[in-house]
Amino acid sequence: MSGMPLGTPPEVLRHSWAQLGISILAGMREIWAHKFRSLLTMLGIILGVSSLVAMSALVAGMEKGAKEALVAIGGLEKVIITPQGLPIEQRHLSDEAVGITINDVEALRQSAPLVTELSPEMRMSATLTANGKAFRPWYCVGVWPSALGMYEHVVEHGRMFNELDDEMARNVCVIGTATRDELWGDPEKVGKEIIPVGETLYINGVPFTVIGMFQHYESEEDRKERLLAKSKAGERPTGGVARNRGWGSGRRKGSNFVFYLKNATVYLPLNTVWMKFRSGASQIAIASGSGSRVVTGTTGDPRLSGLSVKIASVDKLTESLQQIRNVLMHTHKGIEDFTFFTQEDWADQINTFIHNARLSGGLIAGISLLVGGIGIMNIMLASISERVREIGIRKSVGAATSDIFTQILVESVVIAILGGLVGLVTSFALVNLISSFSPTDNAPIVKVTALATAFAFSVLVGVLAGIFPAVKAARLNPIQALRYE
Amino acid sequence: MPLVELRNVSKIYRLGDEEIRALDDVTLDIGEGEFISIIGPSGSGKSTLMHILGCLDSPTKGTIQLDGVMIEHASPRQLAAIRNRKIGFVFQFFNLLPKLNVVQNVELPMIYSGISGTERRRRAIAALELVDLANRAKHRPSQLSGGQQQRAAIARALVNNPRLVFADEPTGNLDSHTGDAILSLFRKLSREGRTIVLVTHDPEIAAVTPRRIEIRDGKIATKVDLTLAGLDRRGATAGTTAVAQP
Repeated sequence: MSGMPLGTPPEVLRHSWAQLGISILAGMREIWAHKFRSLLTMLGIILGVSSLVAMSALVAGMEKGAKEALVAIGGLEKVIITPQGLPIEQRHLSDEAVGITINDVEALRQSAPLVTELSPEMRMSATLTANGKAFRPWYCVGVWPSALGMYEHVVEHGRMFNELDDEMARNVCVIGTATRDELWGDPEKVGKEIIPVGETLYINGVPFTVIGMFQHYESEEDRKERLLAKSKAGERPTGGVARNRGWGSGRRKGSNFVFYLKNATVYLPLNTVWMKFRSGASQIAIASGSGSRVVTGTTGDPRLSGLSVKIASVDKLTESLQQIRNVLMHTHKGIEDFTFFTQEDWADQINTFIHNARLSGGLIAGISLLVGGIGIMNIMLASISERVREIGIRKSVGAATSDIFTQILVESVVIAILGGLVGLVTSFALVNLISSFSPTDNAPIVKVTALATAFAFSVLVGVLAGIFPAVKAARLNPIQALRYE
Repeated sequence: MPLVELRNVSKIYRLGDEEIRALDDVTLDIGEGEFISIIGPSGSGKSTLMHILGCLDSPTKGTIQLDGVMIEHASPRQLAAIRNRKIGFVFQFFNLLPKLNVVQNVELPMIYSGISGTERRRRAIAALELVDLANRAKHRPSQLSGGQQQRAAIARALVNNPRLVFADEPTGNLDSHTGDAILSLFRKLSREGRTIVLVTHDPEIAAVTPRRIEIRDGKIATKVDLTLAGLDRRGATAGTTAVAQP
């Protein structure tokens, strides 16, 4: 005798989707039946998800702050050419080395088409005196008017000196707000904006006229804080001594050093620096690092402290550097007394830092998600051993292995999804908490992609944590499961 | 053709070196509409026989044909589908899910056969009416008496309209009065044409069925078939296609 071959009834395949809804409901019911236990189980996922979101928000905030700072110093297209000591095989030629001069500027302008802007710089160490006070700015430099665009400076009050001022070597200067704060008074303290345009400023004893002042540079964060403080100023009780911590004015200079340095800049016409401070017996401090004897004379030392150039595009950085090098090697007669600094090094450092922060934060969040997943697995294992008999009953009435598998897996995933959703909500609280005592000034930025990623990970953890208990439950022998007490 | 055909079925367990023959070369036919009891002391192999007949287990040797389908090589998934559609179980300890109410318990087999929610509810209520328990549909099993729980379990066993109903010591956990009520429910179902296999250790309970098979040491010891002898006046309907082995 022979029976018909047994095929899987088509209904078995058809019903598996409809059953998913039932499994989800059953999972919800199971979770609701053990509310406290489920909440504790979810806690791991909640913490994992919120730490993932918070970490990513912190890193995103830092990244934004770093990018802002990068733009503030002139972007990636900027290349700085500075003098350097000769390479060892050219040491004997040091007398021949001419340094970077205005000739190089002309040569580059003529022969390096990839260079779009040039800004020669003649830095000097200066003491500024005015109003009975003195201040040593971080950066006092003779430049062409083109430096304005090169360093992303904006003259808010007065004007930038022009080519004529440079040509005539006039005693004019453009200052940053830090100089103003130190010599004339900080608007935050004085209570009103002071614009010292037209005032006389003594630079190393030489009188100069302030013809312009840059805008106050600060990070987005600082600006918001300052405006907020301003709007609250009315509420603040007057009187009482403002505490001076001794390391700066009321404004938090240390908070973002790049912006402070940019504010502590004084621009003079290049020719003025050359004529007034480099000629005759003037002290020439800036060239002392080049290793050769300082040449003095009526025309002064023509060497530049640096030459900033802007290149056409970052993609052509290597070609541009090669072009500049070719021109300079020609004008310097093959003596390599210069070197390049690109912002790329700094950008790389920023990227490395961001990468590391992301990696370590991700690792921590990943571990807490993993722990959450282990918690789920643990609870699911406990839950199925409580429910061996139920599984046996379900199997005896016709639940297939896959039905039991789905049921347990769905329970685990439902816990993880609920945990993930709660985690997304709590992540905002966590972000606020962290930003209130965070060491960086960059406000965390919660990104939608971070939320989505964290949620996706929580679901993934739920699936992975559910697989083993689900397999274990599905494999139970129905006879033994029914006998189980 | 009989509903169930067992041919030379053996089930052998191994405990270390020892070989335990829970079933030893059993050949058995069960016809459509029969009311049959399998009796034997504990450890005789009657439960193993029921598990194999009920597609909860596969035999080590031999063939089984259920409703014209050979099932000894069926995959676990196929066995589950057969249990779902062709077999109903009634257990000694009722085995209702405590978290579900009565009607949800009765709906359980239909969930696994993919029947829609409204149809499930309709059929579950109909099955509960059959066992006279429709007024307890929303109660939890723990709120029911033993007899009511067993009737709910019977409703669950019947709800998918199976070809074969197994009852494993269905009165074993009930007092004799309630047990009698359950047994008369089975007799009623048998008269309506259900094929019922009653598994018990108690000859008194087995006495309600026209046909009895006694299992000892994994073998069929004796068979009593009142239908063939024309002695049955209580149980199965006349004209069943019971087939007795000589």
